[in-house]
Amino acid sequence: MIAFIVRRLLTGLVLLAAITTFGFTLLYLGGGDIARKILGESADAQTVAQKSHELGLDRPVLAQYGDWVAHAFSGDFGSSWFTGQTVSAAIFSRLSVTLSLVIGTVLVVAVVSVVLGVLAATKRGWIDKVAQLLAILGHAIPGFLFAVGLVLFFALTLGWFDPTGYVPFTEDPTGWVKTVTLPVIALALGGIANVTQQIRGAVIDALRNDYVRTLRSHGIPERRVILKHVLRNAAGPALAVLAVIFVGLLGGAVIVEQVFAIPGLGQVAVQATTQGDIPLVMGLLVATGVIVIVFNLLVDLAQGWLNPKVRLS
Amino acid sequence: MISPAHTTDPEIVVAPRDASKVSLFRRVLRNPLAVASMGFLAIAVITALFAHFLAPHDPNTAVIQNVLAPPNSENLLGADGAGRDVLSRLIFGAQFSLAGALVALLTSMIIGVSGGLLAGYFGKWIDTAWTWVISLMMALPTIIVLLAARAVVGPSLWLSMLIFGVMLSPAFFRLVYASVTAVRNELYVDAARVSGLGDGRIIAVHILSVVRAPIVIQSAIVGGIALAVQSGLEFLGLGDINVPTWGSMLSDGFTNLYTSPMLILWPALAIGLTLISLTLLANSLRDELERSNAPRKQRRKAKAPAATEAEAPSEIIRHEESGAPDGEVVLEVTNLSVGYPSPDGGLKKVVHDVSLTVRRGEVHGLVGESGSGKTQTAWSILRLLPEGGKIVGGSIHFQGRDLAKVSERDMQKIRGRSIAYIPQEPMSNLDPSFTIGSQLVEPMQIQLGISAKEAKERALSLLARVGIPHPERTFAAYPHEVSGGMAQRVLIAGAISCNPDLLIADEPTTALDVTVQAEVLDLLRDLQKEFRMAVVLVTHNFGVVADLCDRVSVMRLGRIVETGPTEPIFESPRHPYTQELLGAILSEAEPRGPLVTAGNSASPSPKGAVR
Repeated sequence: MIAFIVRRLLTGLVLLAAITTFGFTLLYLGGGDIARKILGESADAQTVAQKSHELGLDRPVLAQYGDWVAHAFSGDFGSSWFTGQTVSAAIFSRLSVTLSLVIGTVLVVAVVSVVLGVLAATKRGWIDKVAQLLAILGHAIPGFLFAVGLVLFFALTLGWFDPTGYVPFTEDPTGWVKTVTLPVIALALGGIANVTQQIRGAVIDALRNDYVRTLRSHGIPERRVILKHVLRNAAGPALAVLAVIFVGLLGGAVIVEQVFAIPGLGQVAVQATTQGDIPLVMGLLVATGVIVIVFNLLVDLAQGWLNPKVRLS
Repeated sequence: MISPAHTTDPEIVVAPRDASKVSLFRRVLRNPLAVASMGFLAIAVITALFAHFLAPHDPNTAVIQNVLAPPNSENLLGADGAGRDVLSRLIFGAQFSLAGALVALLTSMIIGVSGGLLAGYFGKWIDTAWTWVISLMMALPTIIVLLAARAVVGPSLWLSMLIFGVMLSPAFFRLVYASVTAVRNELYVDAARVSGLGDGRIIAVHILSVVRAPIVIQSAIVGGIALAVQSGLEFLGLGDINVPTWGSMLSDGFTNLYTSPMLILWPALAIGLTLISLTLLANSLRDELERSNAPRKQRRKAKAPAATEAEAPSEIIRHEESGAPDGEVVLEVTNLSVGYPSPDGGLKKVVHDVSLTVRRGEVHGLVGESGSGKTQTAWSILRLLPEGGKIVGGSIHFQGRDLAKVSERDMQKIRGRSIAYIPQEPMSNLDPSFTIGSQLVEPMQIQLGISAKEAKERALSLLARVGIPHPERTFAAYPHEVSGGMAQRVLIAGAISCNPDLLIADEPTTALDVTVQAEVLDLLRDLQKEFRMAVVLVTHNFGVVADLCDRVSVMRLGRIVETGPTEPIFESPRHPYTQELLGAILSEAEPRGPLVTAGNSASPSPKGAVR
């Protein structure tokens, strides 16, 4: 088990190394005259050269990357070129906001999809039709467009929720629910559509297994057959999809945060991008990479718990 | 050494597939939703192509006094936050948004399809390399990557869509790669290679013809994703301000959401409808594709309740007992009929008027070839017919009740407690996710209401009773950790765990090795004697019948054709079908001569004649 975790973490590290190398090279080689960008068009050539030297941009990219990696290992990802704030501070203060949004969404997606998927697979009929319709809408409508609709209707027309802003859970739980509900719904729709379909299919497949008949032949109540045995066997494929969706949710959160003016990673990302604040962009790549790797590890562990064959190998 | 059969033109072998693909698109035209989707997409494309003629104004000309103007005769849909004509921007938006999505689609298609073909056709190392690239691309959210790229390349619609296209290429790669590896090993591709077709031509003719339809479906999906992500980027205000797109209109509309909420409606509708059309189109194409592949799959999969209609009910041959049968009747099935709904809306009967009586301590064999309805009969006694199956006539009397009529709730109390079941295939009949022990304990707790500890003790002694050498170890094991013979013993232990009065055994030894078969049969015989159970034993093997059964019913085409005590039926089978089945065991026992191969058979062949 420990060997399995170590192996997965090593793969994650290699992946992270690949991401940063790739990102660094592209950002620094493709960024053009960075010092000029920072100082603006009016600065004279000498100031630009001086700024370049100050930032170490006149050195070979490889040396710059070596520096970056060395510092990164001690937790120092440099400072923003524009605000001077350290990258770790800029990202950490926003990370918890985005994570609470995304994790909340993952939980909503998981619960709703299991309920809807199992009902659609076992009851068929109208609930299956609803699930199919939801799948089409959720697949077709991007989360941010849905978010705009939610703001218009629930926040501006009905006034049930706050249209913008964010209250941390630790400060005021009800305020947190009020600000986070609409963004979570907007983000969750696509995921629910996808995972519900997966669970529906997996449950239908699992119901065809011979052991289901044998379990029934033991007089085990139908509800228990489905919720304990069938769902357990159907959970593996659904979990794999959830892992893929999680990556999409992180990206979706960036846009949805803008709709609701939530001070999360999205704001940092948009700001850093428009300004060309490369240390911050690098920090973002690392942060999202780490989050994705950790989440995937958790999913793998859950897979092992669900499936004894995976666990033992 | 090439026989005529091998030189058959491969084109002809492929032909039926091709035909089904061609009609696929024609069939989709019958789906109204698909037609509506294609209609909307056609309108969008035409608008995009002729934007210059259709748009009343230049999309980028800002007129200060028109800022946020409501709809009027000059600006039919009003003007936006910069005083530009909304209708013209919507029309030109179609052009740029769709073209942007097309750039991403074509990029991903070219890279993905060619990469998939190469990797799938030529080799493993490309596959390994690609898997790495894909996992790298999957590890980061696309938006984050596009944002990072935008920091480098600036706000170019085309460049960001090009980069996004590269990131989307795995969608096509995986599809093509999977199809190619599946097709590569198919016989007709081998045949094509043997007949001297070059690799390039094999790819073009055989493989592309297989993946063509899935690629079209994938294109609709990928195109939709590209449009959605592009709109998202532009919505963030990261687009080129000189390029009118639906996404940048959204962005403008959102900034002015409080003052003129209509501004966001038009681009949202345009994007939403386009995406829904693409999704519906992809869905209906996929449904049609699956439907055209379905019959082949189903025929293989379904444990078919075989066709048993027809032929007039002939007389059932009954052998009389030597003495009057004694013992309490446990199960009395009378005129049982089972049917499945047929595609034409009618009912297909697979079991006709089956009657049988089983007494305490008696083993009743149900014999016949596959599809004779014996398993269907067994399942209907348990009321566990596959989906759609129904008892359509007759009664099943057991302990004073008609099982054909009791509620599902009551049936749950009878199953496992009074009637137990031993399935045919041991490995697939244990839930792979739970330990063997928990699967034995669970029913006992439910049916006998005993504690977990008691149930565990009982399970361990049952495991020992059915001859499992290390009960503790097997109790803690998962199904995949034990052999088939062991698994069948576990299932037998589970079946007898609540002291049932009736045991239904469905070919309990068929899936086992010959040596294990004998042991399991011995075990079954001992347990049956020990517990004085009534047993219905479904089998196609007369050897098993001779070994275990007191009485036999021979089934054919869903009917019982001959029934009676085992001995007289073995000694003087009267129905021709029974005679045939009995004859089969005799010939099975006979040693066969050396295998006669086609090459040295004595049959006259032109070649032989020449020699």
